[in-house]
Amino acid sequence: MTRRSLVVATLSGALLLGVAACGGGSTSTSPSGGSTGEAAAPAAADAFNAGIGKVFNPSDKKGGVIKFAISDDFDSVDPADTYYGFAWDFLRVYGRSLVTYKPAPGQEGNQVVPDLAESLGQASDDNKTWTYKLRTGVKFEDGTPVKSADVKYAVLRSLDKKTFPNGPTYFNDWLDLPKDFVSVYKTPDVKTDSAIETPDDQTIVFHLKKGYAGFDNFAALPGTIPVPQAKDTGVKYREHVVATGPYMFKSAEAGKGYSLVRNPNWDQATDQIRKALPDGYEIEAKANADDLDNRLISGDVQVDLAGTGVQPAALSRVLGDPALKARSDNPTAARTWYWSIIGDVKPLDNLDCRKAIQFAADKVALQTAYNGPFAGGDIATSLMPPSIAGHQDFNLYPAGADNHGDVAKAKEALTACGQPNGFAINAAYRADRPKEKQAGEALQQALARVGIKLTLKGYPAGDYFALYAGKPSFNKENNIGLAANGWGADWNDGFGFLSQIVDSRTIREAGNYNMSVKDPAVDALIDKAMTTADATARNGVWAEVDKKVMEDSYVLPAVWAKALTVRGKGLTNVFVNDAYGLYDYLALGVQ
Amino acid sequence: MTAPLDVSGTELQAAPEAVVEGAGGAKAIQGRSLGQIAWMRLKRDKVAMAGAIFVIFLILVAIFAPVITGLLGHPPNEFHQDMINPETMGPKASWGGINKDFLFGVEPVNGRDLFSRVVYGARISLLIAFFATMLSVVIGTVLGVVAGYFGGWTDMIISRAMDVFLAFPLLVFAIALAGVIPDKAFGLEGDTLRIVLLVFIIGFFSWPYIGRIIRGQTLSLREREFVDAARSLGARGPYILFREILPNLVAPILIYSTLLIPTNVLFEAALSFLGVGIRPPTATWGGMLSDAVHFYTVPHFMFFPGMAIFLTVLAFNLFGDGLRDALDPRSSR
Repeated sequence: MTRRSLVVATLSGALLLGVAACGGGSTSTSPSGGSTGEAAAPAAADAFNAGIGKVFNPSDKKGGVIKFAISDDFDSVDPADTYYGFAWDFLRVYGRSLVTYKPAPGQEGNQVVPDLAESLGQASDDNKTWTYKLRTGVKFEDGTPVKSADVKYAVLRSLDKKTFPNGPTYFNDWLDLPKDFVSVYKTPDVKTDSAIETPDDQTIVFHLKKGYAGFDNFAALPGTIPVPQAKDTGVKYREHVVATGPYMFKSAEAGKGYSLVRNPNWDQATDQIRKALPDGYEIEAKANADDLDNRLISGDVQVDLAGTGVQPAALSRVLGDPALKARSDNPTAARTWYWSIIGDVKPLDNLDCRKAIQFAADKVALQTAYNGPFAGGDIATSLMPPSIAGHQDFNLYPAGADNHGDVAKAKEALTACGQPNGFAINAAYRADRPKEKQAGEALQQALARVGIKLTLKGYPAGDYFALYAGKPSFNKENNIGLAANGWGADWNDGFGFLSQIVDSRTIREAGNYNMSVKDPAVDALIDKAMTTADATARNGVWAEVDKKVMEDSYVLPAVWAKALTVRGKGLTNVFVNDAYGLYDYLALGVQ
Repeated sequence: MTAPLDVSGTELQAAPEAVVEGAGGAKAIQGRSLGQIAWMRLKRDKVAMAGAIFVIFLILVAIFAPVITGLLGHPPNEFHQDMINPETMGPKASWGGINKDFLFGVEPVNGRDLFSRVVYGARISLLIAFFATMLSVVIGTVLGVVAGYFGGWTDMIISRAMDVFLAFPLLVFAIALAGVIPDKAFGLEGDTLRIVLLVFIIGFFSWPYIGRIIRGQTLSLREREFVDAARSLGARGPYILFREILPNLVAPILIYSTLLIPTNVLFEAALSFLGVGIRPPTATWGGMLSDAVHFYTVPHFMFFPGMAIFLTVLAFNLFGDGLRDALDPRSSR
């Protein structure tokens, strides 16, 4: 599973054809008064990337309401049922998990700090038992004190993937659950102490099936945000999530918007990481993506909640106007856009044929297809992105001097593979993602230079993994040798990024995110990484995994994702937290 | 429709128009066939003639697309990323990169020649529109005539079938069908298969529009004196259908064909816009529009394919209207 980033498909007005002819005359009414108005407040000078690695416009001023907007919507505001990175970032304003990522700029944001718990987890020697002590004095929004049983209940209910299909499955996979336990709703009486114990109201103990030294990353999952069993309404809980953080929901209408106000029962004394500056938050859902950009620039909206950057239309505006560019940041996400090279399909079962694709690909064209160096990302030479701890830079398949591909090397590889004149395969991509279509066309052009004939086939994004490219039998039947893919880290280490996409043992009948990597050597390295206790050594093993995957040439990396985001007007304490690759929503305030 | 049109053009009595122009001239007064009269009326209709000329121009463009792009453009799928600003993905030059090499400018992201793609797009649009129209006209005419002429149960069944087809959510069906069809089917593959498929979808589901009109016409024609006369002389079903009724249906068939073509051009564009038409990188007008939506700050990208669709539909409609006026002067405008 990946923490998803929201991909905006602006394919809304289906029959736009009639008005298409009058699509000219774009009005570039960049409000010139904006930048001067901001200059009047001497707090901070606008500069490109001023919110990266440092705090832009620091302030302790309280008050005001921050206006968010999003072109789509939350998958759910229920902590058990969300897998969007932006949601994990935002829900910290109303929910407190046992531990969380430090609201700090840059690398420091990857640090796990205690939140609801007094300290980080205490592990047993074999890393199989993890104990947390809850802070005293933490209350729900109705004034009831938070007990360890509420945390246990929250984790157990998040295991119910029928009710909460969106969330991650780490607890399902790792907790030592009794066999007869199905879900908190279906089997409420089954004893679950073998998985989670609550010896007293302030203590919670997790028991894992096998040891994992990085369990604090699990404890930071939204699933550990306490839920009072009496208030749990299953799938309807999202309509009123009971807050433990400094803000609570005043209204929550999926598809329309959300509004949060101060939670009177939150006590600053129990909380070391939140400043709770604004008086509340307003979130508008389902805004038009292009309109959202314009409103962000004009100041009508302060934060694009999804944080995936501006649309192509606004991109040229922001980059072309120095005053606007100074209000923008270009954060790196822990995400790689790549193409799986599927060895199940002939002749890609031959390593040299796979290598031919690596050499023939035009990396610059791919980068432009994914929207260029600012909105798309840096040209990737391996699967694991640089923001993951332990990333090592290497390039096994240099794409020529100008990065447009090495045709001679590609032809050599083709000859070695016994297909000197090339071959024909199909390539799958998500039809509603223009970037993937553009990337497919770029690959098609580049590979045609060495005689590899690519036929592009678009499939609906919603079922892409369940019915199409994520299904090995489908790929075999349809001769799909290349498939567009993308992956974001659940947290920024090798496990959080690689474990789900390179382990061949995770490959099932359908719904695979790992479409291509099948190598026992890789699997063995993953096992080695899991059992390596020392963090630096462990990161080294993950880097080895990355290298091995590239040696096998099962993955054609395209870009390490970046986004061009605009800082909203009048915001204080703006910075990008590396843990999310987004502005830290916990820290934001208004002037 | 009271003036039966004689396609054979022989042995016809003079219509009133026949005397008008020949009156003062040296030539003797001559009778003119209805076909000639219609042609004369059409020639006088400047707007319809402009439409017709544009349609012919389009057909020539589609046929000679490789020659035209060879002279004035680049191969339609060739990338020109040196024309593109990699940061914004838009064309480097102003005005969308329009210059003497790139008459319509370049596409954002990949720098393909927009002129060549619009020219090649005409092929797909016209090909699908023509064949789909032909298919629906053939099915519609046959079933319409049969329903109208035989009546009774036959009429009942065919008419209900038309109702069903008219009530069918065509767009949804088209999306579903185009999505599940495999790479190779019916001995075809690639673009050819997609084109055949689109022709089939569009043609097969729009026949009731023309079928209903033909049925209505046939219903009134079969009660007419000349049909009775033929029947009383011993003519049988097939003879009456093909020699008496069908010739009188040529005018409505022609008119509705020309009016159906632009509808089908739009329908094909809509399907391509939704991504279920022809596969990339083959250029289609609808597909280009769909790509252009994300680049509304580069208006030329949307303008040229949009204009191509607009002009094509307009030309066919003007021509179709003119044709109707020429063939059936008594219909109100």
